[in-house]
Amino acid sequence: MEALFHSSPFSGYVYPNETVIPWTLLIVVYPYLTGLVAGAFTISSLYQVFGFHQLRPVAHFALLVSLCCMIVVPLPLLLHLGHPERAFNAMITPHITSAFAVFAYAALFYVILLMVETWFVFRPYIVHEAQQARGVLSWIYRAATLGSYDVSENAMRYDRKWLFALAIIGIPGAHGLHGYVGFVFGSLKAREWWSSDLMPAIFLFSAIISGTALVIVLYVLSCKLRKVPIDLPCLKVMAYSLWGFMMFTLLLEGVEFASLVYRGREGYDVIMQFVEGPLLIPFFVLQFGIGSVLPLAVITFFIWRGANDRALVVGVTASAVLVLLAVLMMRYNVVIGGQEISKTGKGLLAYHPPILGREGLLATAIVLILPPILLSVLVRFLPPWHDQEQKA
Amino acid sequence: MADDEKLEQQQQERREFLSWLGSALACGAAVIAGDAATLQAVAAGEQTAAAQMPPSPAIPGYDWSKHRWAFGVDATKCIGCLRCVEACKKENNVAPDAHHFRTWVERYVTLEGEETARIDSQADPVNFAASGSEGEYRFADRYKDAKVAKAFFVPKLCNHCTNPACVQVCPTGATYKTEDGVVLIDHTYCIGCQYCVQACPYGARFFNAEKKATDKCTWCYHRITKGLLPACVEVCPVGARIFGDRNDEQSVISQFIHNNRVQVLRPATGNAPNVFYIGIDEDVS
Repeated sequence: MEALFHSSPFSGYVYPNETVIPWTLLIVVYPYLTGLVAGAFTISSLYQVFGFHQLRPVAHFALLVSLCCMIVVPLPLLLHLGHPERAFNAMITPHITSAFAVFAYAALFYVILLMVETWFVFRPYIVHEAQQARGVLSWIYRAATLGSYDVSENAMRYDRKWLFALAIIGIPGAHGLHGYVGFVFGSLKAREWWSSDLMPAIFLFSAIISGTALVIVLYVLSCKLRKVPIDLPCLKVMAYSLWGFMMFTLLLEGVEFASLVYRGREGYDVIMQFVEGPLLIPFFVLQFGIGSVLPLAVITFFIWRGANDRALVVGVTASAVLVLLAVLMMRYNVVIGGQEISKTGKGLLAYHPPILGREGLLATAIVLILPPILLSVLVRFLPPWHDQEQKA
Repeated sequence: MADDEKLEQQQQERREFLSWLGSALACGAAVIAGDAATLQAVAAGEQTAAAQMPPSPAIPGYDWSKHRWAFGVDATKCIGCLRCVEACKKENNVAPDAHHFRTWVERYVTLEGEETARIDSQADPVNFAASGSEGEYRFADRYKDAKVAKAFFVPKLCNHCTNPACVQVCPTGATYKTEDGVVLIDHTYCIGCQYCVQACPYGARFFNAEKKATDKCTWCYHRITKGLLPACVEVCPVGARIFGDRNDEQSVISQFIHNNRVQVLRPATGNAPNVFYIGIDEDVS
C-alpha cells in the first residue's frame, strides 16, 4: 500500500508541517508541459503570423505538438489533487482572488482554440480523406469535417483569414497562459525563492526555448523515422530562434538571481547555503552549465561557421535535447527548490522523490511520455507533412 | 444550376458555423478579460469575504456577527510542557505523527558567546528520541551541559489573519474567513491542491492525508461557538495562551492587548495576524 505521505529530512529549523513537501514532481511537470505548449505554438505562429516561410515544414507539426502537450496538461494537476473528482469546483465556484481559479477556463479556452486552429489547418486533408477513405476511417474523417466539404479557392481564402486570426489570438493566449503559470509561483509572498516579479517573464522565455527545442528534436526524429531529408534552412531558423530566446532567458534568470542575492533580505543566508550546497549540481552544473551555456556555445559555433551539413543537424539536435533537460531542471529547481528552502528562513529540507505512488518518478515519467505517444497517433490521422509530399 | 444552389447552401452553412465559432471564441476571450478585472479587484485590495459571506452557521444560540475572536500568547509564561500540542491532537483528531500539527511550540536557546538562537520544536528528531514516540511530545534536555544565556518557548498556531493569504489563493473558496474572524476550511469542498499550504507564511497548514484535504487550526470552532475555550487554552497550566472576544472590552484578550505592548508575526507580509504575542524577540518569525 502506498504511504499516506512522504516526509523529508531537514537541517536547521523548519516549521513542523513543512516536512511533508506539498508540491512534488507532478507540479514540476505541469509548468514544463504548459511551457512546451507555448513554445511549440510560437514556432507555428512565426510561420502563420510573422511570415517565416522557412518554418513551413514544421509549422503544422508544431501546432500538433502544442495540441498534444496541451491535452496532457490537466493530467498532472488532476493526479496531484487530493480530490480530483472535485476539480470542477474551481470552475463552478471560481474564487476570483485565486491565481488558480481561472486556470481551468483559460486552459479550456486555449485547448478549444488549438483544436479549431488544427481543424482549419487540416480541413482540406480531412475533406479529402472523408471522400476517399473507407470503413471506420471514413466515418471518423466525415465526422471531423463537421459537415463542411467546401474546399474551393474562395473557401480556402476564408480559412486562411481565420487561421491568421486564430494564430494572432493564440499568441497572447499561449503566452498569457504560461506567463500566468509563472504568476502562480511569483505572486506567493511566503517563499522568497519564488516571490519575484520576473518569474512570469522567466517562465515565458524558458517556455519558448523548451517548445522550440522540442519541435527541433521531434522534427529531426520524424524525418529520420520517415526517411526523408531534413530541411536545413528550416532547422537553421529554429536554431537561430532558440539561440535568441535563450539569450533572453539567461539574461532574465541572471538578473533575477542577482537581485535575490543583492537584496539580501531575511533568509538570505539560508538561500546562499542552499545555492552553494544542494543546488550546486542541479542548478549550476545541469541547468546553467550543461543545459544552457553548452548548447548556446554549440549553436553560436554553427551560426559563426555557417554550417549546412550533417554536423549542423547533430549539433543543433544535441543542443535542443540539452535545452529540454535544462528547462526541466529549471522547473525542478524552482518548484522543488523553492520548497526545500524553509519558510522560517532558518533551515533546509531535502526532497527525495519516491519511485512508485501517485506522485512518484514512474507516474511522472508516464505523464511526460504521453504527449509524444499522443503525437505519434495524431500524425497518422492528420499528417502535418502531407502538403509537402503532395507538392514533391 | 443545382450545383450552384448546393454550393450556395454549403457556403451559408459554413458562414453560420463560423459565426457560431466566433461567438464561442468571444466567450472565451470574455473569460480572459474577466480575469483582468479580477486582477484589478485583487490589486485594489478588495476582499470578497463580505460579498460571498455564507449565512451564519446553524449553531443554536450563536450569532457570528456578534463576536470578533482573537488569540494571545504570553511567551514569558510558556514552560514548554506541550500539553497544548497533545490536547490539540486529541481534540481535533490530528494524525499522531511528527509531521502534522495544528499547533506547536518552538524553543529558542541562545548559548553564551553565540549571537543567534538555536531553534527547535517538539517535532525535532532529538525530541522524539527523548519522548520515545511520535505520538508523545516533550523537549529533550539537550542543553543541560551548555551555558545558556537566554531561553524561551513560543507557542505557534494559525494566525487567523485579517488578510489571509491562504484564503486569497484558494481556487474554490473552500477555505474562507468567517464573520467572527476565524479562517476555516470546508473539507467537503476542498480539492486538495495545497496552494494554501504554499501561501501561508507561517507554516500553519498541512495536508490531511486521510481527508485528502488541507487542514489547520480552527481555534476549536466547535468549542468556541458553544462558549468553551480552545482545547490548547483550556489545558495550558500557566495561562500562556489567551483567547477571547475583542468585541467585549472586558474580555481577557481585550485586556491582554490593551495592557501589553503586543506584536504579531511577520507583519511585513500584510496578512495582519490575529494572534498577538508578548515576550518574543527578533529571532521569532
